[in-house]
Amino acid sequence: MTQDDHPPLRLIVPEPEGRPGDQPDFSKVVIPRAGTVRRPEVDADPEEIRDLAFTIIRVLNRDGQAVGPWADALDLSDDDLRAGLRHMMTLRAFDARMLIAQRQQKTSFYMQHLGEEAISCAFRHALRPGDMNFPTYRQAGLLIASGYPLKTMMCQVYSNDADPMRGRQMPVLYSSKEHGFFSISGNLATQYIQAVGWAMASAISGDRRIAAGWIGDGSTAESDFHAALVFASTYKAPVVLNIVNNQWAISTFQGIARGGSGTFAARGHGFGIPALRVDGNDYLAVLAVARWATERARRNLGPTLVEYVTYRVGGHSTSDDPSAYRPAEESAAWPLGDPILRLKNHLIALGIWSEERHAQAEAEVLAEVVALQKEAEAIGTLHQGRRPSPRDMFEDVYAEMPPHLVRQRQEAGF
Amino acid sequence: MARMTMIEAIRDALDLAMGADDRVVVFGEDVGYFGGVFRCTAGLQRKYGPTRCFDAPINESGIVGAAIGMAAYGLRPVVEIQFADYAYPAYDQIVSEAARLRYRSAGEFTCPLVVRMPAGGGIFGGQTHSQSPEALFTHVSGLKVVVPSNPQDAKGLLLSAIADPDPVIFLEPKRLYNGPFDGHHDRPITAWKAHDLGEVPEGPHAVPLGQAVTRRPGNAVTVLTWGTMVHVALAATEETGIDAEVIDLRTLLPLDLPAIVASVSRTGRCLVLHEATLTSGFGAELAALVQTECFWHLEAPVRRVAGWDTPYPYVHEWNYFPGPARVGAALRELVEV
Repeated sequence: MTQDDHPPLRLIVPEPEGRPGDQPDFSKVVIPRAGTVRRPEVDADPEEIRDLAFTIIRVLNRDGQAVGPWADALDLSDDDLRAGLRHMMTLRAFDARMLIAQRQQKTSFYMQHLGEEAISCAFRHALRPGDMNFPTYRQAGLLIASGYPLKTMMCQVYSNDADPMRGRQMPVLYSSKEHGFFSISGNLATQYIQAVGWAMASAISGDRRIAAGWIGDGSTAESDFHAALVFASTYKAPVVLNIVNNQWAISTFQGIARGGSGTFAARGHGFGIPALRVDGNDYLAVLAVARWATERARRNLGPTLVEYVTYRVGGHSTSDDPSAYRPAEESAAWPLGDPILRLKNHLIALGIWSEERHAQAEAEVLAEVVALQKEAEAIGTLHQGRRPSPRDMFEDVYAEMPPHLVRQRQEAGF
Repeated sequence: MARMTMIEAIRDALDLAMGADDRVVVFGEDVGYFGGVFRCTAGLQRKYGPTRCFDAPINESGIVGAAIGMAAYGLRPVVEIQFADYAYPAYDQIVSEAARLRYRSAGEFTCPLVVRMPAGGGIFGGQTHSQSPEALFTHVSGLKVVVPSNPQDAKGLLLSAIADPDPVIFLEPKRLYNGPFDGHHDRPITAWKAHDLGEVPEGPHAVPLGQAVTRRPGNAVTVLTWGTMVHVALAATEETGIDAEVIDLRTLLPLDLPAIVASVSRTGRCLVLHEATLTSGFGAELAALVQTECFWHLEAPVRRVAGWDTPYPYVHEWNYFPGPARVGAALRELVEV
């Protein structure tokens, strides 16, 4: 055939399975039965476990039982399990109250975790004091599960006088060194490579601390994601690189970032980084995989790439309306279920929980959140009450305020 | 004429350009099916198909780099960076590549590219959704930099930018998308439909790059500004009763220096006003030019009012934003010298 015999070229632009008005279709999400995916040793050769980037590691089955090798590796007490459930319930209640507060104009903006609570809540339990997360805006479970005060989180959302960041950052961009939660910049993917650098620093210093980077499916397209993978791979950095694949990057479906790659986890293969894909709505599967990956890091075996398969039930933020770009029923059709319901059913199946206790716990959690919310609001909200002093606006630009800023602060009258 | 918001005017310009020229392609984050987070590209994918208007992966360097390749091929890409604050990953592509392609190839390859970005504050966007980075682009040889202040100009300037043979950075003051904003954040929001400059000519409409416009003639002092601050300057002028001449530069590069010199030579006083941080802002360039070109006419030192030299603070937005009170005070001091 000569060149002219080919039809003209055409640009191929991928489209999601469904748009508003269509029936949701997740038939292409292949979901193995819980307990069926093998659990390799943590020192396994990345080349020997390539299959784990194309499956979904799951622990909780439809009957609420924890099954398979990943379940066997977990050794959780009844209290651990109940605490995990409580953390997720707290995060959900916190989100619900803050969403209402945003509608009441007590804050300008909010981002909820609905459907993704298991990922950050469970992952936190694989970390130790001194480890550092480099989170995105949808991992507040890392704070809640580490006992960070909810009231302080609310004060950050309200940008009031008790906000530790002095109102300098948009809502939900928390920071807590003590709780292993690096200051969130708000830009995308920039901090993935910083997590690798932090982990390299720990290795350079002969320390025992590890780091965890966090990124969404859409942001894996950013160059900084690839920078993180090459640095982590080259220096075998003690870092867990987490990808939360919640299917949607604002209005853009995950296929635009994933392209021709089978999965996001498979991105690790080109770098020789072991890559696992896990059910992000399964608290126990998340924790089991997180422990595997953190142990690799602690034993100086290098980085692990983990893709959490989940679904963003709510909008990207309070500024977003998903009904404009995806089928209305899509979240109800999501085949991996609700993370809270699944862990609750497991606890009931174990005989350590009941519908009554769950209802009671829901009421307790809500009462606790509402009481703390009242305390936070008594300090102030975005437009009312006590706010950080405008004088503070000029602090922390530098360690020592240069003369031009001193002059500007005087001119501003603060 | 039709009443339009700035969003509608931008969309109208894109629609016209795409309809008139198959080489015009539009892409960026969320711009395809959804039509952009500010809706500037809504309906374009449906009308022109997914190969003319499409969603890009979240990679600003990739968006601009791909657009440079397309422009060099012969297309006319118009890309959107979702917020100007997200442009930094694309800075290398803009500075080292788009801006220099014509020069380094002695005109063999060129880059007729428009990079649209919502810029500026006033929406409680904090440090990652509020910046005004125009000076980072005016400092780069080979780029043109445009900042419209109203729907009428937005359409005309965007059409001129798309027709331009060189790369154009097109900064859209997001606080002006839905209505004029004079800095009085505590007053009710006004809409473009009640404003003369919300009247947008239908069909082809070109506002040439490099032409400033006088928004208010006056004799006491010249205010040089652009974007949102045009409206703040007009409010401050009205509130102080000072007979200021307010010049909307519209294009920072190429700059309409004759218009500036003519005005300042007549008024003898000059206030430069921008939302971006003060130090090394474009106001410094203007002050230097005015000092050189109008020295013997000046009655007072050229004065600048700008954003403070701090990151854009979320909760202190209105302490940071150079509103009509600060502008008015500066005007008073200038005319009293």
